[in-house]
Amino acid sequence: MYDLIVVGGGPAGLAAACAAWDGGLRRILIVERDRELGGILNQCIHNGFGLHYFKEELTGPEYAGRFVKLLGETGVEVRLDTMVLEVTPERRVHMVGKAAGYRVEEARSVILAMGCRERTRGAIAIPGTRPAGVYTAGAAQRYVNMEGRMPGRRVVILGSGDIGLIMARRMTLEGAQVLACVELMPYSGGLNRNIVQCLHDYGIPLYLSHTVTEIRGRDRLEQVAVAQVDKGRNPIPGTEMVFDCDTLLLSVGLVPENELTRQAGIEIDPRTGGAVVCENMETSLRGVFACGNVAHVHDLVDFVTAESQRAGRAAARYVLDAGAAEGPVLTVRGGDGVTYTVPQRIRPAGVERAAELFFRVNRVCGGSEVLVTSGESQIARFPREHLAPGEMEHIILPRVLLDRAEEEITVSIREVAAT
Amino acid sequence: MRELICIVCPKGCRLRVDEAHGCAVTGNGCPRGAEYGKIELTNPTRVVTSTVRISRAAHPRCPVKTDRPIPRGLIFAAMAALEAVNLTAPVRTGQVVVRDVCGTGANFVATRDL
Repeated sequence: MYDLIVVGGGPAGLAAACAAWDGGLRRILIVERDRELGGILNQCIHNGFGLHYFKEELTGPEYAGRFVKLLGETGVEVRLDTMVLEVTPERRVHMVGKAAGYRVEEARSVILAMGCRERTRGAIAIPGTRPAGVYTAGAAQRYVNMEGRMPGRRVVILGSGDIGLIMARRMTLEGAQVLACVELMPYSGGLNRNIVQCLHDYGIPLYLSHTVTEIRGRDRLEQVAVAQVDKGRNPIPGTEMVFDCDTLLLSVGLVPENELTRQAGIEIDPRTGGAVVCENMETSLRGVFACGNVAHVHDLVDFVTAESQRAGRAAARYVLDAGAAEGPVLTVRGGDGVTYTVPQRIRPAGVERAAELFFRVNRVCGGSEVLVTSGESQIARFPREHLAPGEMEHIILPRVLLDRAEEEITVSIREVAAT
Repeated sequence: MRELICIVCPKGCRLRVDEAHGCAVTGNGCPRGAEYGKIELTNPTRVVTSTVRISRAAHPRCPVKTDRPIPRGLIFAAMAALEAVNLTAPVRTGQVVVRDVCGTGANFVATRDL
């Protein structure tokens, strides 16, 4: 019987396992389906990771390397090349791997850290033929950065999420011509710094409020048609442009990978696509926690680390103290301008000094206030100069404020100055 | 007055740089932003990340970076300097792969153990 089984050995799983070890657990197992730890960080060779957590600018492999080293100093057991098939509500973890075959391990607690997947062409239903040369941006990133293969020479990128922007620069540096980055929304889904250093630096045009309307080519991609869209996101006739290209990269969103979570009967929040979690990242199933991109898609790995450490510490407390503090549960609601919040529930009795709350806004806002209300009364207010859907926000709610709240709290945005 | 988005960290502060007054920077959230604003208008620099060939390792490519920012105009010349490199495992994080890239004083270093 393990104290803790962590499903996934990416940044979330690594941080959670280390924190649980520091919290006093000794029988910990990480199960990872790849042949090495580190997850997606291994293919993110660009820099910009770790500014919050390590206070220095690291590349993805360096960031992963730091945590693999930390893990090496603990007695945490790791099973690589092993796929978890099922987590039961009784916390029996079914797994299969070449080395050990089919195994069922029991655990006092489980941390779900499976990360997320990219949305594909099928998910957004782009019309046209089905030639080779259409990739998700992350798949192309793996080909270029880890396997040393170039997916193509003339590239159009659909979606301006961070992976798409990073790949625009990467393909350019490797000698490809990136003709355009096309974004359906009137704003970019990526970080500002990536627009500057990946597109502006290389003169790659960004077409906002545009989309790919047709994929053409028989065996290999030959052309994509791009058109402007109206406010309802429908293509506007007569605005069509045609790009001659052999490669289309899709950076059109990420979806938390929650097959195991659903199968275990854990409550899912349709807004995040991840489990509904409490302040300590515990799911609706006691003793089962979720953290990182499997809970909600993050922009920055530093926040994944912090959130996962919280989950790791909570799992340790759950096992060692035999359950957490009971008491009233506050439901956290996203009000005007807020797409989702994580956590979705807060148990004030389980909050030590303060609860950290992550959320995303549903539109670009200039000078704004983040308002936290409960019933008729406002319990906190946070000024912000700028808010954008592509940039996850977070606020810290001290325990004293939470004790004043009743039943539910609402997080909403009030714009004070125009963009 | 030039408006810039700071790229030092993911926060992306909106900087205003006053070219008429010695590139004085406002709107920055930290001292590194003030420095970035000034350098971006006078001599923009970037850290370059890429990969090089490696033999007898778990993967055919080893990721590398310049250990400090280099002038933006030298990025493609720096990339060309990686073409001829062929490492052999084992390689350690931080190991110098190309010394003094294009005379900038920066080195390309490995960014993972392989």
